[in-house]
Amino acid sequence: MSLKDSLNRRGNSPMKDVWRKLKMNRWAMISLVVVVLLVIAAIFAPYITPYDYAKQDYANVLKSPSMEHPFGTDNFGRDVLSRIIYGSRYTVFIGLGCITISSILGVSLGLIAAYFSKLDNIIMRTLDIIIGMPTMTLLMCIIAVLGVNITNMIIALCVTSIPNFARIARAQALTVKNQEFIEAAIAIGADDKRIVLKHILPNSIAPIIVEFSLGASQIVLLSASLSFIGMGVQPPTPEWGLMISAGRPYLRSAWFMSIIPGLAIILLTFVLNYLGDGLRDALDPRLNK
Amino acid sequence: MVKYVLRRLISMFLVLLASVTIIFTLMYFVPGDPAISLLGEGATVEAVRDIHEKLGLDDPYIVRLGRYMWGFLHGDLGASYRSKRPVFNELLARYPTTLTLSFGSTALGVIIGVSVGIISAVKQYSMFDRIFTTISLFGASAPSFWIAMVLVLLFSLWLGWLPATGSYGIKYWILPVFTLGLQCSASIMRMTRSSMLEVIRQDYVRTARAKGQSELNVIVNHALRNALIPILTTVGIKLCGFLGGAVLVETVFALPGLGKFILDSVTFQDYPVVQGGVVWICLNCIVITFLVDLLYGLVDPRIRSMYEIKKPQRSQSSGGH
Repeated sequence: MSLKDSLNRRGNSPMKDVWRKLKMNRWAMISLVVVVLLVIAAIFAPYITPYDYAKQDYANVLKSPSMEHPFGTDNFGRDVLSRIIYGSRYTVFIGLGCITISSILGVSLGLIAAYFSKLDNIIMRTLDIIIGMPTMTLLMCIIAVLGVNITNMIIALCVTSIPNFARIARAQALTVKNQEFIEAAIAIGADDKRIVLKHILPNSIAPIIVEFSLGASQIVLLSASLSFIGMGVQPPTPEWGLMISAGRPYLRSAWFMSIIPGLAIILLTFVLNYLGDGLRDALDPRLNK
Repeated sequence: MVKYVLRRLISMFLVLLASVTIIFTLMYFVPGDPAISLLGEGATVEAVRDIHEKLGLDDPYIVRLGRYMWGFLHGDLGASYRSKRPVFNELLARYPTTLTLSFGSTALGVIIGVSVGIISAVKQYSMFDRIFTTISLFGASAPSFWIAMVLVLLFSLWLGWLPATGSYGIKYWILPVFTLGLQCSASIMRMTRSSMLEVIRQDYVRTARAKGQSELNVIVNHALRNALIPILTTVGIKLCGFLGGAVLVETVFALPGLGKFILDSVTFQDYPVVQGGVVWICLNCIVITFLVDLLYGLVDPRIRSMYEIKKPQRSQSSGGH
């Protein structure tokens, strides 16, 4: 990198820097586009689905993929493609919602733990216990207590993904906290809130963004898994995990009913993982020399 | 080393008690009267009162927690509402299935993941590397129950080579073990690759080559040995995950394991089993984490000497990624 480039870079905020580096990774950008397209599909589902997702048609039950029904029809004659597009609403919004809530809560906890060292031990040891339990078991335990429905599934998913954010934010904040510009901020009389939100947070943001992407893919997988075993979204909702579960008895005669919704899950988690990896590469200072 | 093991044993015990407390507290807030669950809807007031007295359901929270803890330390996790048998025995009956599945698939995952990961790292950016990093990312993105169903579709329904469900012999284990093994090999491969890439360009690897050691010796004894710690962490996390998380695969293949048992108990609101099962899985995970920590010391003399001189560092598992 030439001197001119590094001079130009100085004015960039960390967020702009991330964006600039991400743009150089073609496959990561393609992944980002796919994620955005899926979100758009979820929002405009009613306008792009060829059929009504709930309309039953007993004349066309378990029909193989054809021109009329590209992904076939299910055991009630409902169009699988339309149900997958509608299903993206649940998956995408549960994923985005959970990851947003848990990143905000987790990062706050992590920053508090790093900045107020008195609370550090109590916060982090509690979260360590949550991390120590196997995710699926903990999810089942929380949902068993709260009751089976979407809201409780979202709460449980948030509980399991908060600790990761807290850990990452804390580790980042601890390294930033002792740097000179923080000292300078304290010296000119900035209050705690300003230091944490304006100085520590923006300088700790990079690994948090990576976890946002990777964590979202985990949540998509887990929410589909929970729905699959009947502890998440309930029928007849067109949720991807649920559609796979509904197709199980018909695996022999109508494989597309459960295999294709699985491909939809994989598409979403794959691009989120790929995006996360791309972001990590873009943000790793060791790779940026 | 002995001192370190003792200290870890004590902290392990404390973590265990904390986990039991958290799980007990969670389950304490389950709505509904256990006595009604035990006796059924039509129970008389006297019968309900009897049960309340017998099980001490009216005692304050702290007394009940203490009693549960005491029972737990003596291998008594209460009795199932459904079968009326001790939860502990019920769990033990399902334990071998889960253990076989977890250890079998982890072993398979390690064999595939570590070897593919090493080759990928040694031949970085080669065709092999590109293909297998993409496949492994795919494997890490696919839900295990979906992989299970694809394997059933291919090998049981279309080819007819292997049975789809049940657990009556070695043939029945192949598909479940492969499902989880392939899935966990994906993360192990990714971790092996990135961890190997960190060490493979180090000076001591070059020195080993310069000394004229065989390539195999350089890769296995110099590079892999130094890259092993993060791989061990991943294997530990995967193994813990399987003990409870195999529920998805157990569901697809109708295997009577712990995860499926807990899931069914949630459906039947058999809360002593849920509570006991989760506690039991946590106990297993804590022991596995402990063993993995000890392995760090065995693998890396630097960590071993650290234990001997000063206080051990806080465990530094990277939480999956």
